[in-house]
Amino acid sequence: MKQVTLTINGKSVKTSPRSTILIAARSAGFRIPTLCYHPRLASVGSCRVCVVEIQGRGNLAASCVTPVADGMVVRTDSERVVAARRLVVELLLAGGEHNCSLCAASGDCELQNLAYELGIEKLDFPVEAPGYPRDTSNAMIERDLNKCVLCGRCVRACNEVQVNEVIDIGYRGARAKIVTAFDRNYGDSDCVFCGECVSVCPTGALREKAARFKGRPWEFQKTRTTCVYCGTGCQLDVNVRDGRVVKVTSDFRHGPPNYGSLCAKGRFAYDFIHHPDRLTTPLIKEDDEFREATWDEAMDLVVLGLSAIRNQEGPDAIGVLASARCTNEENYLLQKFTRACLGTNNIDHCARL
Amino acid sequence: MTNSISDLEHSEVILVTGSNTTEMHPVISSALKRAVRKRGAELILVDPRKIRLQRYASAWLRPKPGTDVAWINGLLHVILRDGLQNDTFIRDRTQGFEEMAELVKRYTPAHVEEITGIPAADIERAGRLYGRAKKASIVYAMGITQHTTGTDNVKSLANLAMLCGNIGIAGGGVNPLRGQNNVQGACDMGALPNVYSGYQQVGDAAVRERMALFWNVPQLPKVPGKTLTEITAGVLSGQVKAMYIVGENPMLSDPDLRHLKGALRNLHFLVVQDIFMTETAAMADVVLPAASFAEKDGTFTNTERRIQRVRKAIDPIGDCRADWSIIADLSTRLGFPMSYGSPEAIMDEIARVTPSYGGVSYRRIEGVGVQWPCPTPEHPGTPILHKESFTRGKGVFHAIDFEPPPEVPDAEYPLYLSTGRVLYHWHTGSMTRRSAGMSERVNRCEMEISAHDAAKLGLENGQEALVSSRRGQIAVTVTVSEKAVRGTVFIPFHFAEAAVNELTHGLRDPVAKIPGIKVCAVKVEPAPVSESR
Repeated sequence: MKQVTLTINGKSVKTSPRSTILIAARSAGFRIPTLCYHPRLASVGSCRVCVVEIQGRGNLAASCVTPVADGMVVRTDSERVVAARRLVVELLLAGGEHNCSLCAASGDCELQNLAYELGIEKLDFPVEAPGYPRDTSNAMIERDLNKCVLCGRCVRACNEVQVNEVIDIGYRGARAKIVTAFDRNYGDSDCVFCGECVSVCPTGALREKAARFKGRPWEFQKTRTTCVYCGTGCQLDVNVRDGRVVKVTSDFRHGPPNYGSLCAKGRFAYDFIHHPDRLTTPLIKEDDEFREATWDEAMDLVVLGLSAIRNQEGPDAIGVLASARCTNEENYLLQKFTRACLGTNNIDHCARL
Repeated sequence: MTNSISDLEHSEVILVTGSNTTEMHPVISSALKRAVRKRGAELILVDPRKIRLQRYASAWLRPKPGTDVAWINGLLHVILRDGLQNDTFIRDRTQGFEEMAELVKRYTPAHVEEITGIPAADIERAGRLYGRAKKASIVYAMGITQHTTGTDNVKSLANLAMLCGNIGIAGGGVNPLRGQNNVQGACDMGALPNVYSGYQQVGDAAVRERMALFWNVPQLPKVPGKTLTEITAGVLSGQVKAMYIVGENPMLSDPDLRHLKGALRNLHFLVVQDIFMTETAAMADVVLPAASFAEKDGTFTNTERRIQRVRKAIDPIGDCRADWSIIADLSTRLGFPMSYGSPEAIMDEIARVTPSYGGVSYRRIEGVGVQWPCPTPEHPGTPILHKESFTRGKGVFHAIDFEPPPEVPDAEYPLYLSTGRVLYHWHTGSMTRRSAGMSERVNRCEMEISAHDAAKLGLENGQEALVSSRRGQIAVTVTVSEKAVRGTVFIPFHFAEAAVNELTHGLRDPVAKIPGIKVCAVKVEPAPVSESR
């Protein structure tokens, strides 16, 4: 396809005619702040944070939805542009309950970052939060629409990405808000708790409830790994603070197979890891009761038990059950152990269940 | 899967059967739903239950449980009758076509309607939808395989895909969705009685010698071992005296539990290695505490054959140890030393002895996992199988006649029972039932029943009911649901306090040895008031 040439902040930029101004500017090294834009979602141009000035046009254009054109002359950082952005963000700040010291998102909030980036020191408007009750209807997702900036990213994530079709923008004008069917809370709605909405929310409106007060965003150590539930193999990030798993997130940049999407189990069913029921020491049964044992004691008993039966009855008197939960390395080792050490092929696992 | 998850979004037509995808594989279901909503793909859903995917389906077929071969033969019949088959593919890449074509002549839509209860017109429509598509994929799960005719069901789906040339192409394929995080990998690694890693046969002398040489042992056992069912039978007959069970809970997941419990009690020595005191671990002589997935390094292989990293995020809890380190220690103590510094060293050995994993290394899969076969480090991996030819050369059509399931409703046990999972729980529930969020959504065993059947039996929503089969009885909570089809109840198997596998039968598919737990006959009655809580 023939490339088009436009001028951004005085620099000549060649790009595909299918590109938007935002993409072209970013690839040329110019930063344009955004809010309702998300690379995994369709762009809607609703928040006006990404506005730019285009020579010959009266109004400012939302760069995320404006296609480039040959010969276009764009300014991304003029005084008029910055003033417009600042006004948008000030109005958003005034229209909700954005008290960072009481907010779980502080430190991981795009609105907070925008206020900082645009140098907003104080609001010229009175703060009028809508006063919605907080939705604490369930153990997984906490919803506080007083912190919602109506960017609609959650709506697009729910409908375009997961296609769960649970939420939409309801009501009109100043009363507009994100709603489930009949404006119920999440717990009583059709929500299936995939948490895709939480993962794209730029503010503290949607948060993982169990992670509240378990650490600040910058304290989490993220380890990328593979989900332990079904066979999809979703890539996820285990968020750890002080040796404890406090939440699970993902990132669309991890790529296949899930491109950042998770389900209720993958995102919220991690609390078994630190459950008090976890076995933490070897156990030996004596007189029908388990007693705690050291590893050496337990292993000696296993060695004794298995070798006695192998010697008396032959290796085929032993059966080994491997696990579809364990890693490849562990399954490989277990079949090697069964065949080369015990000397039997009696190994199977519950692939059929 | 012959194809990849992302590839499903490029299909024109997707046939989903025996998979409640939105609950069992939610993230894959999103790909299916996107294909329908964003790309205009047509979804053919074949499932007796009115599952959520039905909202997205262009055609919805509701067969009687256990009649899959019949409706698939019906589709084959319609496609052949209307000349929608791919003659080039059939000629160049398959054999056995004539016999199959001859057999399905009998499966007219009217005949199929008699067997399956699916209206003949719907068979016609689904056959034409699938047959006319340039690229159509088939997605299935345990609803197809967990039958005494499971192998026949899968071969029948393969017939359908080959008939229309939907193999080896993007947007096509036969795609089983695997239900456990590493069930693919456990099979790949040879945790099976008849194969080493990479499906190398233990019965093949050359393979055996090579493995013995590599593992540095004088010889390896020649005869394929026992499957889980055969091990259980062996315990009862006294042939098998000891078991070492790592990370499985057959005492909840296996059919006909009473039989299994008797077997485990008969053992002289049982070692269980797990993260929780499961129903199985409770029966052990020695329990070894294992690390969870968050506490160790390694790899899982997903349903699209993608080998991906598992990374240690926290130290093992208490005195727990990673399974690999326990196994290596045990082997060493039993006189066969194993010393690996890390799981990465084990993967390097796997790559050396497993042709399909030959190119796999942790460095290679650091960013994005690779799909096997990946025989060399330079190999790009294999997103689509059977592109040029099948593993055995030509694809084989199988002429398969319908056989009714071994147990169908009768006067005494008038309802079908089907089992499975629900969205918020997983397998035997040892992890999800200990999760606050999941338990808040679902924390009791609910039986799905149609309003019609519930009314007939005098059952109300939320009431306690007793369900019995020829093998046992459990108490469940009644959920009158529009998902349920008349004549069939559905009960999930996550709940130890209402273990549905006390009801299922242990009859197996003769080839795959998979139990037919998707179909049995039960009766349902209101629980006596004294037993209600």
